[in-house]
Amino acid sequence: MRRRRFLWVALATPGVLWLLLLFVFPFYVVLSLAFGTLDPLFLSPVPIWNPMHWIPDQFTYVLSHLAGAAGFYGPAILRTFAYVFIASVGCLLIAYPVAYYVSRFGGKRKGMLLVLLIAPFWISYMMRMLAWVNLLQIDGWINKVLSFGGIFNVHIAWLDGRPSTVILGLIYGYIPYMILPLYAGLDRIENSLLEAARDLGASRWSTFRRVTLPMSKSAVVASLLLVTLPMVGDYFTNDLLSASPSTAMFGNLINTAIEADSQVGKGAALLIIMFVVLLAPMLYYVRMTEKAEGGAV
Amino acid sequence: MTTVNAVSGGRVSWWRNPWRKPRILAAITWGYLAWSLLPVGIAALFSFNSGRSRTSLQGLSMRWYYGDPSLSVLHDPTLQGALIHTFVLGILTTVIAVPLGVAFALGIDRWRGRLPAGFNFAMLMSFVVPEIIMGVSLFFVVTRLHTPLHAGTAGQVVGLVTFQLSYPVIIVRARLLTIGKHYEEAATDLGASRLGAIRRVLLPMLYPAIFASTVLVFADVIDDFVIVQKLSAGAGTEPVAVKIYNTARGAPTPALNALATLLLAASLIAITLGYLGYKLLSRNEGQSSIESFAGQV
Repeated sequence: MRRRRFLWVALATPGVLWLLLLFVFPFYVVLSLAFGTLDPLFLSPVPIWNPMHWIPDQFTYVLSHLAGAAGFYGPAILRTFAYVFIASVGCLLIAYPVAYYVSRFGGKRKGMLLVLLIAPFWISYMMRMLAWVNLLQIDGWINKVLSFGGIFNVHIAWLDGRPSTVILGLIYGYIPYMILPLYAGLDRIENSLLEAARDLGASRWSTFRRVTLPMSKSAVVASLLLVTLPMVGDYFTNDLLSASPSTAMFGNLINTAIEADSQVGKGAALLIIMFVVLLAPMLYYVRMTEKAEGGAV
Repeated sequence: MTTVNAVSGGRVSWWRNPWRKPRILAAITWGYLAWSLLPVGIAALFSFNSGRSRTSLQGLSMRWYYGDPSLSVLHDPTLQGALIHTFVLGILTTVIAVPLGVAFALGIDRWRGRLPAGFNFAMLMSFVVPEIIMGVSLFFVVTRLHTPLHAGTAGQVVGLVTFQLSYPVIIVRARLLTIGKHYEEAATDLGASRLGAIRRVLLPMLYPAIFASTVLVFADVIDDFVIVQKLSAGAGTEPVAVKIYNTARGAPTPALNALATLLLAASLIAITLGYLGYKLLSRNEGQSSIESFAGQV
C-alpha cells in the first residue's frame, strides 16, 4: 500500500515542484512587490518578503487614483469592463446560433463545418489581428468596399482609437474559443429529447426555448468564462487596433506600469486587483472542471 | 410535410412550415465563417503581392518569401530568425511540458488526499488565469530577482511550459476517467508490477491523449504571444507573434504577411498530421473522427 502510493507521489512531484516554483512562487513575488516600497534614491521597487511587514501604500495610491481629477486608473478599468461585457455578449449572439446550427443541422457537412470552426483556433492571434490592421487602413479594402467602387468618398480612420474597432477586434479574436465549448455542450443534448418535444406539438422556437436553452446553460456559462477571463487581461488587441490612450484597457495599464522602475509596484498592485476581481469567476470555472473530473477528492 | 399542407389547406409559406429549413441560422453560420476566415485569406494573399503595398495587389510573386534579396523572409535575418526562434520554442516547450504533464496527471489522479487536490487546484488555476497575470509575474521573477532564470530563450521556454502544463494534464485526466482502473488491476492480478502495468497497459491506452496534447501544445506555443513577449530579451529572441505585434502598426512590407503565412502553414500541417496520427492511434476504439479530436481542444 505504502509503496503503491510512493509511485504516484514520485510521478506527480516534478510537475508539482514546477508549479510551486514557477506559478505559485512568482505570484508571491508580485504580492511582495505590490506590498513593498520604493527605494527613495533610485526610485526602484523594493519587495518586502515578510507578509507581516507588508505595507499597502501602492494599493492606497492606486485606489485613490481610481476616480476624480487625478483618477487615471478608474476610467480604463471601467472601459475594460464595458468593452468586455459588450464583446462577450456579441460573441454569444454570434457563437450560439452558429454552434446550434452546426450541432443540429450540420448533417453530412458537420465534419467540414467543424474543421472551419476550429481553423481560426490554429491561426495565430497576431496574424488574425494583422489581417484586420491591413484591411482597416485608410486606403484599405474595408473603406474601398464601403465606397462602392469609388462612388462615395470613404476615408474612415478605423485604427485611430475607435472603441467600436477594439470591441469588434475582441469579438473577432475570442469568438473561436467560445464556439467550440458551446458546440460540445449543444451536441451532448440527446436528439430524442428534442424530437419528443416536437412530437408533442412544440414549435421549433418553443422546443429551443424550453428544452435546448435550459439544457445548454452550463455550456453557455463555461464558454462565457473562457472568453471573458482572457479578454479582461488583453492589451495587445487594443495596441494593434487602436494604439490610443483613449481606448486603453486594464491590461494596458499594467503593461505600461511594469516598464518603468518607479511604477513597478503600482503595476504589481494593479495585477493583484485584476486577480481579485477575476477570482470568483476563475474559482467557479475551476470548480466546474473539478466536478467534470469526478469530484477530484 | 403533406399533413401540414392538408391541415392548412394548400401550400404553406416557408416560415409557417414547422419543418422549414433553418435558413437564417444557415446564413448566420456561413456569414460567420466568411467573416472569420476571409480576412486571414486576404492577408495570406497579400504575402504574394509583387508590390510593396499591403492595401492594393500589384500582381503575384514570391518576392516576399525568397525573391527579394534583402527584405524577404529568407534574406532578412530578423524575419528568418523570428521563424526559427518560434519553432525552437515550440519544440523545446513541447518536449518538456508533455512528459511533465502526463506524469503529473497520472500521479495526481491516483494519489488521493488533500495535498494532491490542492496541487490539482493550482494546476487548474494556471489554466484559467489570464495570461498577462502569469506573464507579468514571471517577468518580475526574471527582472527583479537574482535567480538563474533570465529573459531570453530559457525564460520563454520555462514560462511557456508553466502556461501549457495544464493542457496535457486535463486531456490525460479526462482519458484516465474513461479508461477506469480495471485494465491496470487485471494486469497486476496477472502478475505485472505496478510500474509494468502502467508502462505496458495504461500508457499504450493513453497514447491518443498524449499524442493529441503534444500537437495541441506545439500548435499553441507557436501562436503564443503574451508570455514570449514578456520574457523576450530583445530582437534576437522575438518569435513571429512578437515580431508581428512590434511591426504591424508601422509600415511593414508584405514580408510580414509572408512570415505570418508561413507560421499559419506550419500550424495547419501540425494539426493535420496530428489529426491523422490521432485517427491512427485511436482507430480501434470506434470513436475517432474529427469530433473526438475537436473534443480534445
